Amino acid sequence: MTILEFEKPLYEIEEKIEELKKISESSGMDVSNQLETFEKQAMEYKKELYANLTPAQRIQIARHADRPTFLDYIKLITTDFIELHGDREGSDDRAIIGGIAKINGQSIVIIGTQKGKTTKENLIYNFGMPQPQGYRKALRLFYHANKFNLPIVTLIDTPGAYPGIKAEETGQGTAIAVNLKEMAKLNVPIIAIITGEGCSGGALGLAVADRVFMLEHSYYTVISPEGCASILWRDATKADIAAQALKITSEDLLELEIIDGIIKEPLGGAHCDYEMIGNGLKNTIIKALDELKNINSTQLREERYNKFRRMGVFCQ
Amino acid sequence: MTVKDWFEQRKEMQIARRDKETQIDDSIGKLWVKCYNCNTQLLRKEVEENLEVCPKCGYHFRINARTRINQLFDEGTFEEMFSNITTADPLNFTDTESYKKRINQAKAKTNMNEAVIAGIGKIDGNEVSAAIMDFEFMGGSMGSVVGEKVTLAMEEALKRKIPMIAVTASGGARMQESILSLMQMAKTSCAVAKLNEAGLLYITVLTEPTFGGVTASFATLGDIIIAEQDARIGFAGRRVIEQTIRQSLPADFQTADYLMKFGQIDIISSRAELKSTIAKLISLHKK
Ligand SMILES: [Zn+2]
Repeated sequence: MTILEFEKPLYEIEEKIEELKKISESSGMDVSNQLETFEKQAMEYKKELYANLTPAQRIQIARHADRPTFLDYIKLITTDFIELHGDREGSDDRAIIGGIAKINGQSIVIIGTQKGKTTKENLIYNFGMPQPQGYRKALRLFYHANKFNLPIVTLIDTPGAYPGIKAEETGQGTAIAVNLKEMAKLNVPIIAIITGEGCSGGALGLAVADRVFMLEHSYYTVISPEGCASILWRDATKADIAAQALKITSEDLLELEIIDGIIKEPLGGAHCDYEMIGNGLKNTIIKALDELKNINSTQLREERYNKFRRMGVFCQ
Repeated sequence: MTVKDWFEQRKEMQIARRDKETQIDDSIGKLWVKCYNCNTQLLRKEVEENLEVCPKCGYHFRINARTRINQLFDEGTFEEMFSNITTADPLNFTDTESYKKRINQAKAKTNMNEAVIAGIGKIDGNEVSAAIMDFEFMGGSMGSVVGEKVTLAMEEALKRKIPMIAVTASGGARMQESILSLMQMAKTSCAVAKLNEAGLLYITVLTEPTFGGVTASFATLGDIIIAEQDARIGFAGRRVIEQTIRQSLPADFQTADYLMKFGQIDIISSRAELKSTIAKLISLHKK
């Protein structure tokens, strides 16, 4: 497992405890009293550490190489998943994956951005950066959900829509814009969850939803802290300061009334306990689906409109 | 206002005035300007009379929102609305300078209170609701105020059952309002959904430059998308793309002509023909 820089002191303590255990085993020395104290101390330290992370440290957790991906969540929270490929216009963008599945016995259309854990996987999934064709595949699946009255769940973990020549030529901006507009028109419940990185329009293009949640250590922002630092500070190394200023943590967004709730992560981050984060995610989705299922489509659309209509702070 | 504020404001005005002077650095004295494109010395008056288009090479200079309104609307018909909506600083944002200070500087520099003017006016006798962006105000960036005024203009079109026109000029979402700026993309796009459902004509005019969050929301959602001649339009900026793909881009990348070639826009219009093109489109959509 990848150890992050700020986790190293904790890792060293845990290593020492393991060493002590081995010594006691091989020498028959009874250190159980000390061990108990040390383990308690380590736990305290761990709790303290993860309760006081800076936004920049939490971004490292959100970007952790072992963080569960969309396909991991599919296995953890759904059954009977069938992937539906392609945009019907010549592409099957792998950075966005979608299909039909069951969650708690209920059929849903589930769509998400996919990242890889290895370089090889990341080349396949383009580091979770979709092309316009990915957004158009998602749109096709949104319409499918609408046609068959299936709720939509989107899971988002992207550093942003891909900035490339082909992406511009085939309308990256337009593809995202059309999704924002068309999601407003859908008659079925939509639940969006930021699971890792929620960067810019590339994330929003799947997130015009009736309920929006964030995983505890995920972040959601108009621009990556690195991008912001290089433009406003003219210095990309000021990313930590930018991360602070941009107010991108799940708590910030809850306070700004942009999201509806936070899904707690295991101590150390989602990658430390797949089962636990899977359960948290699943329970949140089931509860939200339950709340939304009895709202008729006209009211659902109206409430969705009003939800985003209210966003923004200005003087009057 | 305290006496300290007064001096602060005066200083900002002086800075803004200096900015303006450096901008006219290309000009030779007050009466002459130089075209960046063909290097010709031109009489300022002559350029103005030619809608801020170079009489020699036809290059379209960037114009501000008020000039655009004067060019586009029938004389005396444009009534500004929602100008009471002004910028807050919800995140108390500071980079190398505070957001509050940047806003004050932009106000002093442009004589505008935000990066968009919304209102009702007539184009060849056709009443329309309109939102016109101004690149001079913080790069035409979209924060809460821009999003709100664009949305209100669309809701006004819905109320009056009249066409909606958006003229865009923007570097993208305003970073100083972070997530709130991002949500303006959703808000304005949801308002376009309402225009669609009501069957109202929505025309967008993309002018130099239109990028980022504005491109990825209401700018590219027009039933008809017009690009003004010489405009550059895109999602990601040229530099970001070059850094990502590590190769140089074609010279005409992201120009109106380039986008036309790839089927991303309906019409390229010269500034001189823009008003009549919009008027004609409106009348063609009347039953
Ligand atoms: Zn010229």
